[in-house]
Amino acid sequence: MAQAAIELIGINKSFGAVRANRDINLEIARGTIHGIVGENGAGKSTLMSILYGFYQADSGEIRVGGKPASIKTPNDAIALGIGMVHQHFMLVDNFSVLENIILGAENDALLKSSIAKARSELERLEREYGLEVDPDAIIEELPVGLQQRVEILKALYRGAEILILDEPTGVLTPAEADHLFRILRQLKEQGKTVVLITHKLREIMAITDTVSVMRQGTMVATRETGKTTVEELAELMVGRRVLLRVEKGEAAAGGVKLAIKNLTVRDSRGVTMVDDISFDVRAGEIVGIAGVAGNGQSELLEAVSGIRRAVSGSVMLDGKPIDLTGNADPGELRDRGLAHVPEDRHHVGLVLAFEENENSILGYHDDPRYLRGPFLNIDAIMADASDKIEKYDIRPGNPRLKTANFSGGNQQKIVLAREIEQDPGVLIVGQPTRGVDVGAIEFIHKRLIAMRDQGKAVLVVSVELDEIRSLSDRILVMFAGRIVGERGPDATEGELGLLMAGVEHQEAAL
Amino acid sequence: MSTPYAKLPAWADYGLIPLINLSVAFIVAGFVVMLVGENPLRAAVILVEGAFGKGTGIAFTLFYATTFIFTGLSVAVAAHCGLFNIGTEGQAYIAGLGIAIVCLSFDSTLPWWLTFPLAIVASALVGALWALIPAYLQAKRGSHIVITTIMFNFIAASIMVYLLVGPLKPAGSQAPQTRNFLAGAELPKLNWIIELFGAKIRSAPLNISFLLALAMAFLVWLLIWRTKLGYEMRTYGHSPKAARYAGISETRIIITAMMISGALAGMMALNPVMGDQHNVAIDFVSGAGFVGIAVALMGRLHPVGIVLAAMLFGMLYQGGAELAFEMPAISRDMIVIIQGLVILFAGALEHMFRPYIQALFASFSPKSVGMQAVNGKGA
Repeated sequence: MAQAAIELIGINKSFGAVRANRDINLEIARGTIHGIVGENGAGKSTLMSILYGFYQADSGEIRVGGKPASIKTPNDAIALGIGMVHQHFMLVDNFSVLENIILGAENDALLKSSIAKARSELERLEREYGLEVDPDAIIEELPVGLQQRVEILKALYRGAEILILDEPTGVLTPAEADHLFRILRQLKEQGKTVVLITHKLREIMAITDTVSVMRQGTMVATRETGKTTVEELAELMVGRRVLLRVEKGEAAAGGVKLAIKNLTVRDSRGVTMVDDISFDVRAGEIVGIAGVAGNGQSELLEAVSGIRRAVSGSVMLDGKPIDLTGNADPGELRDRGLAHVPEDRHHVGLVLAFEENENSILGYHDDPRYLRGPFLNIDAIMADASDKIEKYDIRPGNPRLKTANFSGGNQQKIVLAREIEQDPGVLIVGQPTRGVDVGAIEFIHKRLIAMRDQGKAVLVVSVELDEIRSLSDRILVMFAGRIVGERGPDATEGELGLLMAGVEHQEAAL
Repeated sequence: MSTPYAKLPAWADYGLIPLINLSVAFIVAGFVVMLVGENPLRAAVILVEGAFGKGTGIAFTLFYATTFIFTGLSVAVAAHCGLFNIGTEGQAYIAGLGIAIVCLSFDSTLPWWLTFPLAIVASALVGALWALIPAYLQAKRGSHIVITTIMFNFIAASIMVYLLVGPLKPAGSQAPQTRNFLAGAELPKLNWIIELFGAKIRSAPLNISFLLALAMAFLVWLLIWRTKLGYEMRTYGHSPKAARYAGISETRIIITAMMISGALAGMMALNPVMGDQHNVAIDFVSGAGFVGIAVALMGRLHPVGIVLAAMLFGMLYQGGAELAFEMPAISRDMIVIIQGLVILFAGALEHMFRPYIQALFASFSPKSVGMQAVNGKGA
């Protein structure tokens, strides 16, 4: 094996009594693409933050290029040739590409010479690695795929030999992700070392040379990618066997429960986000809406659930119209049997500062079951919350615990339990398993399919193509505010990917 | 990994940290006292003795505390709904108008126990209506409530000055105030309660509105944590988006919360007006509304905390007056500096020492910070 680019020896890091990293040993070979997988909270980000100088390890040693290194700040890491591309880009939106590249690396008070130097250096980098970006483009006008490229260029400009990418494909279309992978391979060929943090096992299989699995703060295994399988990695991540694709029978679709006709929605800036959309959701089927984030799915969900006012269009719930353009009230829709699991559970679906039991009635707090006159019926609320905790295996099972202290998966279960247990006729779900660990994904998918089998109409919006394909009976693809295609559950990923990227004529493309 | 520090046990959270903050405030205040050439220890003794040493002192302390309980509760109710009501001062001031109308109309005909309920309703109503306008502007027009309530303080002050030098002033009087109320609008004193414990009271303004303040503290607790309305207010306060999702009307909740806040602010006026001065005079609120902000913050927006914080500020007011009297080098302004330091350390810098204390707790006794529950459960 080639010489190690990075060696981590016996790394420990605790936050109070939580041991985020324990005794981590990891060797990353120079000139390889090394994947690190693990569930949320397994300690991947902590480990990388130690490597990049955001945190200090409590004990242990870091060696870069064989030499012991002391990394106290990100500047130390940069000096050692370590660059990081964050999940959320660290770019100044209204600066040009060039200005972002030199930010923090300006050499003198007057920018003229720095900019000239940066421009020629940037051109060299772009040529060498196939990373074409217009240096004078303004960041906010670039698509996310290009913004990410700027982040990579930024790291390379600072002389990065080792590039850490944290969940890089979360915001990309499949085509953009493929392009990113081509870039990473090119970087590898040029001798750079790439560390890829992800929870998407398919990507690991597609691009990495070596993969390390973390679970609960420990490094449980390192495998050569060619000699492992997705199933093995999933089992290592969770610590038990998991079903990656939930079994489900044929849909027995009935009558139309939710009919959306010519719906148009604008965002707060007045930009049309949902453009004249029409579709139905029938009883006993799951309709999945696929699409790259930001193509109007969020606005569609908000409009149909009454949170955001629609500009025009009509929606029929159980054959009766809902006034979505006037004073649609989420509370009234709820009364009429439309339940909504919002995309953003931290700010919309839950109040994180509340106790679990308080969140288990959010939106249903008008229900006489939970009230005694103007007062909350605390006994009834607590009993109800405990009941849901039991049924949905929410852990820790303490209804008095602050909601912020639950893991992502358990928070999502709190929302799902609340909405499903009201026995709604129509359930709309945004990003059912975003930030949810593998074990809980299986549980949530089973619940949604059970809803379908009880004859409910389920509408799922997700940016995870795998999830859409595994759940949906019908798949609608959204692009630029329109539905650009409808497919069955057996549609291939390539086919959906093209639709998601806005390629209109699928026959020609296939 | 977003919260490296878990929470502290309740006794440390609500007892130890405020105590440390207070101690630091007093130590810094001690340096200020030394700067003007006085002995800080003796000053501290005079301050505490002035506030709690004699029956009269205790009665005055509780009288001031009454005022601060009302304003503190007012700020807290709005804060639970995510609204920063800086207009408590003006709402209390203008409520004096409601009280004046009731008292001047009925003090010759009704006994106090009939005038009092009428005055409570009038003060609460006027305070609530004064808060309604900024609330409406916030809910419907998006005008920021901090700005509008500040401006409404000035408007209230100007209106009151106009009324007290004009229509409400008895003809021929030189003082900018209403005529003195008759017995029918004088609240009974509560000094006898302190005298039960053997203390002697010469003359002190502690009156029955102290009991009203305590009752309101209980009602506010009931409202915030036990009613549907309180639940909706807290939901909106933590996350307006979640409130929208839950079908809670933004307009309704903002207006309701602000009117309750204004009503509590208005009731504050009962204490000095009917309990002490027996007239409505210019600037009778004298900053109590702003002290209410500090009281609410220090009391962690909880009625029990607010009552305790109000007592502390009552002590600073009463003990501070004694101190200014006993130590000529310490002027009235010095007392304000000491009060300011308490506000600074207990309110504004409340979280300054928290991380250290949390780290200390975590290293000595991990279980006490409840961390093992999180371990291994994922983020």
